[in-house]
Amino acid sequence: MTTERPHGLMAHLPMLWPAGMLVLFFVVPFGIMLAVSFFHQVQGAFFEPAFELDNYGRFVSAFFGRALLFSLWISILSAAIVVAVAFPFTYFLTRLRRRAQVPILVFILAVLSLSEVIIGFSWSTLLSRNAGLSNVMVWLGMLPRPVAWTPSFGALLMGMCYLGFPYTVLIVYPAMSRLDPELPEASRMLGASPFRTFFTIVVPVLKTSLMGAVIMVFVFNLGAFLLPQVLGRPPHWTLSVHITDQAVFQSNIPFAAAMAIFLMLFSLAFIGLTLVLGASREAPR
Amino acid sequence: MSGLRIDHVGKSFGMFEALKDIDLDFPDGKFICLLGPSGCGKTTLLRVIAGLETPTRGRILLDGTDISGLPAHRRNLGMVFQSLALFPHLTVGENIAYGLRIRGADQATRRRKTEELLDLVRLPGTADRQISQLSGGQRQRVAIARALAIDPKLFLLDEPLSALDAKLRETMQVELKLLQKRLGISTIVVTHDQREALTMADIVVVMNHAEVQQVGSPLDIYRNPVNAFVADFIGSSNLLTGVVGGEDGVIIVDGLPVQTEAGRALVRGTKASISIRPEEVLVHPGTETGPNHLPAKVTFVRDLGASVEIMLECSGREILAVSSPRTRPAVDTGDAVTIELPPAACVVLAS
Repeated sequence: MTTERPHGLMAHLPMLWPAGMLVLFFVVPFGIMLAVSFFHQVQGAFFEPAFELDNYGRFVSAFFGRALLFSLWISILSAAIVVAVAFPFTYFLTRLRRRAQVPILVFILAVLSLSEVIIGFSWSTLLSRNAGLSNVMVWLGMLPRPVAWTPSFGALLMGMCYLGFPYTVLIVYPAMSRLDPELPEASRMLGASPFRTFFTIVVPVLKTSLMGAVIMVFVFNLGAFLLPQVLGRPPHWTLSVHITDQAVFQSNIPFAAAMAIFLMLFSLAFIGLTLVLGASREAPR
Repeated sequence: MSGLRIDHVGKSFGMFEALKDIDLDFPDGKFICLLGPSGCGKTTLLRVIAGLETPTRGRILLDGTDISGLPAHRRNLGMVFQSLALFPHLTVGENIAYGLRIRGADQATRRRKTEELLDLVRLPGTADRQISQLSGGQRQRVAIARALAIDPKLFLLDEPLSALDAKLRETMQVELKLLQKRLGISTIVVTHDQREALTMADIVVVMNHAEVQQVGSPLDIYRNPVNAFVADFIGSSNLLTGVVGGEDGVIIVDGLPVQTEAGRALVRGTKASISIRPEEVLVHPGTETGPNHLPAKVTFVRDLGASVEIMLECSGREILAVSSPRTRPAVDTGDAVTIELPPAACVVLAS
């Protein structure tokens, strides 16, 4: 099947609107940020136009390097955990009757309506020593005394996973519910247990949406700048937190811009790597 | 005890009864067709045999062993699904070898077996192709090969040819039948197409409303349908309702006696129907009298080349007569004619 390509200036005219919007709201701000990242920061004042690599140079330090690595690490880890949990969850959800699915989907959508701030502070309370879940466990006799689970790495990871979970379910759900139920049945008739069927048939067939979910949760958590401050200690601050810190509290816009560009390059590299790895195992069509 | 026994199997989905007390016994090595309109429970019965549905009541016995408790993946039955359910991420060869891989067969065995099966379904040398590169008929063959790869004890097919166009479907019917004959494997096919059932089956099981209506050879079912549903569903059939006129097999239709051969056991005065196949109805031009002669009027003549269909009206009921072009009676639309119902062709159905 071929679609006819538009010819002439008039036929391309309708494209001007989306193209213009894209330039106005994406290319221009990005250009400004890119330019600012090379500007000179005047101590105790604003920045002035210049072309220097000082901002990038400053970033190449053990402190920010570690922050970058930590950001990538916790984003990858949370993406992996969320998808590992949400994928089977969604699979069983789609196997339920329609009427049983709806309330669960509504609940998941309701979680989406909560802001990151509310989620962050709720988890902070739930994991705290004074009012948290450990008090319930003491009451049940599972713990000798209440414990503070936050701030910690685990608490931050927990918060990020909680945030990413509903998105993952929503991304994977359409493809899962369209999955031909006869595919896993065929696998079972050929002797594969339900467990084996899930890994040899369901996961590979839905690989595209699976990878889409991994990338989305990864990018989503890479940009999280509130949760690390609420649920983590300063060593758990991601690069996004540092960018916010530089831009808002230190008023060092050029350095913040340089860090943002760095972060973007690294996440693009990661996404590219994921796609290449995914494509290499895909047989030629 | 060899063969498949379906022992008083029932299946309910909530309030809906999909199968009502199905009790069937199939000898080994037969080609069985479960035939019926959609929603009659035939697919549910197949899925119960496969282990994909758990029966609410009853047992399934294969070669004398109760397999009702075994999950589908432990039954070792080959199944071809309606959607074919070929794994899109695997090649043709990997699809066929999937069951062998699950069973831990080594690569050499898998390759040899795959080649054998591809030869069997007449698709040699396609092991490395992608499923998306195959035509509908080729996919069909791959699905059959995949199901046979595990040397199944039963070969189950759920409306396997429904996705193919009419011409290819008829070729595949013959091919499937020949394949089954060659392998001698017990085969159960679900279909709603009576032509398909008559082409392939050794035993036809006609189902309707979650119940078995009749079990028999295709010819037996065609010649001697037990009730109006079977008579109408298998081929086309003319039904004439009347009253039993005596103990000698005479049924009174519209005041005229029709002699039948099968009606001897009926009680005088009870209602009965005569079923007669269109190709058995004889049409005579003009008005004639004689035994088993009824007056009728031609409403339409359809000349189909290979056959001529004559639609008639006989005291308010529609009668269809089919004849070959050579024996075509000289009648036309609007003519008053006489139809003759040969006694041997009249099957009596109890109401």
